[in-house]
Amino acid sequence: MTTVDNAIALRPARQIRWLERPKRTTGVWSWFTTVDHKKIAIMYGTTALLFFLAGGIEALLIRLQLARPDGTVLTANQYNQLFTMHGTTMVFLLGMPLAAAFGNYLIPLMIGARDVAFPRLNMLGYWVFVFGGLFIYSSFFLGGAPNGGWFGYTPLTSTPLAQGFLPGRGPDFWAVGLIMLGIGSVATALNFIVTILNMRAPGMTLMRMPVFVWMMLVVAFLTVFAMPPVTAALIEVYMSRNFGANFFNPAAGGDPLLYQHLFWIFGHPEVYILILPGMGIVSEILPVFSRKPLFGYAVVVFSGIAIGFLGWGVWVHHMFATGLGPVAVSAFSLSTMLIAVPTGVKIFNWLGTIWGGAIRLKTPMLFALGFIAQFTIGGLSGVMHSIVPSDWQQTDTYFVVAHFHYVLFGGLVFAIFGGLHYWHPKVFGKMLNEAMGKTCFWLMVIGFNLTFFPMHFLGFQGQPRRTYTYAKGFGWETLNLLATVGAFIIALAVLTYLVNVIYTMRRGPIASADPWDARSLEWMTSNPPPEYNFAEIPIVTHRDEFWHRKYTEDDEGRLVRLPAGAAIDVEDPATQHGGDGDGGGDGAHGGGHGIHMPSPSIFPMFVGLGLPVIGYGFVFKNWWILGVGVALLLFAVTGWAYEPPTEEAVGA
Amino acid sequence: MFDRIRRVIRRGPVAVGATTLAVLLAGCAKQAPDKQQNALRPDGPAAHKILQLTTPFFWLAVVIGIGVVGATIVLAIKFRERPGEERNPKQIHGHSALEISWTIIPALILAVMGVFTVSTIFDLSKEPKGANVVHINVTGKQWWWEYDYTDASGTKLQFTTANEMHIPVNTPVFLRITAADVIHSFWVPNLAGKKDAVPGRTDYLTIQGSKIGEFAGTCAEYCGLSHANMHLKVFVQTRADYDAWVATQKTTPPKLASYVKDQTGPVAGYACTSCHAFAGSGAGSAATRGPNLSHLGDRTTFAGGTYDLTLDNLTKWIYDAPSRKPMEQGPDPKNPRVGMPNFSKLGMTESQARDIATSLLCDTASNPSKFTGLTCP
Repeated sequence: MTTVDNAIALRPARQIRWLERPKRTTGVWSWFTTVDHKKIAIMYGTTALLFFLAGGIEALLIRLQLARPDGTVLTANQYNQLFTMHGTTMVFLLGMPLAAAFGNYLIPLMIGARDVAFPRLNMLGYWVFVFGGLFIYSSFFLGGAPNGGWFGYTPLTSTPLAQGFLPGRGPDFWAVGLIMLGIGSVATALNFIVTILNMRAPGMTLMRMPVFVWMMLVVAFLTVFAMPPVTAALIEVYMSRNFGANFFNPAAGGDPLLYQHLFWIFGHPEVYILILPGMGIVSEILPVFSRKPLFGYAVVVFSGIAIGFLGWGVWVHHMFATGLGPVAVSAFSLSTMLIAVPTGVKIFNWLGTIWGGAIRLKTPMLFALGFIAQFTIGGLSGVMHSIVPSDWQQTDTYFVVAHFHYVLFGGLVFAIFGGLHYWHPKVFGKMLNEAMGKTCFWLMVIGFNLTFFPMHFLGFQGQPRRTYTYAKGFGWETLNLLATVGAFIIALAVLTYLVNVIYTMRRGPIASADPWDARSLEWMTSNPPPEYNFAEIPIVTHRDEFWHRKYTEDDEGRLVRLPAGAAIDVEDPATQHGGDGDGGGDGAHGGGHGIHMPSPSIFPMFVGLGLPVIGYGFVFKNWWILGVGVALLLFAVTGWAYEPPTEEAVGA
Repeated sequence: MFDRIRRVIRRGPVAVGATTLAVLLAGCAKQAPDKQQNALRPDGPAAHKILQLTTPFFWLAVVIGIGVVGATIVLAIKFRERPGEERNPKQIHGHSALEISWTIIPALILAVMGVFTVSTIFDLSKEPKGANVVHINVTGKQWWWEYDYTDASGTKLQFTTANEMHIPVNTPVFLRITAADVIHSFWVPNLAGKKDAVPGRTDYLTIQGSKIGEFAGTCAEYCGLSHANMHLKVFVQTRADYDAWVATQKTTPPKLASYVKDQTGPVAGYACTSCHAFAGSGAGSAATRGPNLSHLGDRTTFAGGTYDLTLDNLTKWIYDAPSRKPMEQGPDPKNPRVGMPNFSKLGMTESQARDIATSLLCDTASNPSKFTGLTCP
């Protein structure tokens, strides 16, 4: 039998019309069916930034309320909903999906692949995220948003509504919504793991991978293992609220602290799930704008892995005041100190990278430098929390708020904005305006530090967090007002970025193929890349492959540009028709002819749509709605399973 | 347009410097807050030991922080490429000795920190012994604190009070902390670190005041709607003042019992005793849903420290408490889920509320004349 015969034998006897896969790759509808990792990444990024704006508006309202003592902008219940949603949004609807956006766009390009391993699963991850996020936000209109904190401690959240510990249905939306988002996160993480391990271009050994890809690999493993414990905890919360389960009810033999263990076994790795992609982004930006390789590549990679492992052994440092006993807290105090070592090593290696470089202070570099400085401050205040007695004074005060905002805003958000400015020409083919980029940076530095630096003092001076009001006379007035002013300066910075994007989309200069003189594979294709990424899969011989095709080192280790002829030009698919490459191993031909790409599919969206319908069924305990959701889910899964693998599998 | 922006950008670093300075000045400015809830002003041995442990590592962190932030800024400026210049820097890939040293040096610093940390943990976790030790069972409730003063075993109750704790100076006070509904956290920063109040568990905390005075504290674990309105106070007193206070607390206010039981008087139909105890008032004496009110008049605040205790404030509270402090009420005004009902919805008039407040204060205060506008019969 020939190959063609085999393929024909596999073809269904009769094509079922509704199962035919969509073909269009342009137009509005294509965004609903696309499996192109780059399009999905853009959707992830745009949606996450919209949620970022929502979370930011929540933060501004919080700061308005706290600008003066005895604030009257918000009621207690509104404030509690807003701080809960601010945390939930920034962790689950900004931090994680934006990492998925960067990962989706960059991982295949950086390792020289044409797409991720499971394109339809990738699409599912996105739709679960967007529908899960909208599901949680819909609670604002359906009886009140979650108001038990992003951490949702029991028995506050787990006690049945009738008892009145916590008003509203919010905690149900929160528990069910987070379970849903977890499904999407795990799907995406598994996809990244398989992609990174199996789909690297020839010669792209693990130790030649960009640090960003390494960090995403660590993050993907952390996600896969962190989600199950929190899912168990959330199911227990839901069952306790709605069906009288007693996991956390001491009167019936349960234990409230069981929840805290489960939550923080997820919650602390989650912190590294959030920050490691940022560290990866910074590790890409610093070498490019210093014109030097990353200092201590192997050490940076291994310290990232070490953080990934140690991150599982420190969860009790969120529980130092719960009364676990001196032996237990001592052990976790020491393990928490230990994790500072690999984190510090990374910072020193970044400094080693810029040392002696030819530093180009473009916007992405400024954000990366801001990351180093501010993340260090957040790291140091974090180490102070590992001193348990100090933590007994600091925990649940504004000192902690200052600490983790220095890590997650001063660190992660700065890395994100660095990445957004750095890869913007790659993704959209247009350059962002430098002046506006730098304005955004300085506004954000000023606004950020003005908002969060005073909070260190507020914490020492005894202001507890998660309080909707505070009385006059504690000496907190001035610093709170400063923090509110700072928050609005941050808003101005974000606005500057948005204006920059919109302005340059219409009027910005077209980006050159390699605007930053970059180092890694994603810059070896056009801006934006064609659907198939590379007309010919590059063969990798070096870490920083692209750089080594442009530069070499002389005897003293100084940079020497290779003569123009020797350098391999950036691919331009428009001029490369009919290449003979067999590097891709699948008959890759220039211009996209004959490159086998996965077909679009509508079913991932319907699977994603089924989940929130099921969610509403659970929240309102309405089994009809639940049934509709399950039916939709089953229909979509069936269609997904039975739709033909691809329309062009057979060369008809 | 961009020229102007560019000029602003060039001034960026100056602006950052100025802002930082402003923040630091604001932080260090000598403020004289009239309330004390400050971990930086320890007035007890536990808070003092914590601050002593924290301070050197705080300054070490400041030095390292300034070093790294400074290095980032200095390196970025020193090695920056000027316009038109194209430098070809030496390609350094790493340096083993450096890597080893910046792994080992921080590890050694942390090891030293670990030794002091662990020894302080155990030091502060010791249970105080001796006949003079005061024992109090602390129970966090939405959204107030209940204190049961007990014997050394923690089981034999002497008297019950709420929100305002009195302790003798320079005497260890052993707290057995738990919660009735959700998790709270007991925190008086001037005296000690915080300890969670977890339903179904008993946590232990030793506090001690080394200075006569009034110290503010608060619930530090998010506990629902009115978490922000769950304050407490600790009065550190001379032994004689404390003993006098204890003696009063153990008495029963003479007229209160008959007043709250009187089914024809102003409180009839409002069922005060189903939530509050008035010590010796019969059926209601064991009620602990709301604070024990037998010596309300000797307190300075009420409603979880939300309001100063005055006749006006108390009147408004009795008339319509839920509008004065957010409390989850549920659909049935007679049976609120958490906290005081809105009695105005159950037929109470403002003058009735004033009568009740007057009787409460007159009967429970050792010195009723301290309340302005209060005329006792």
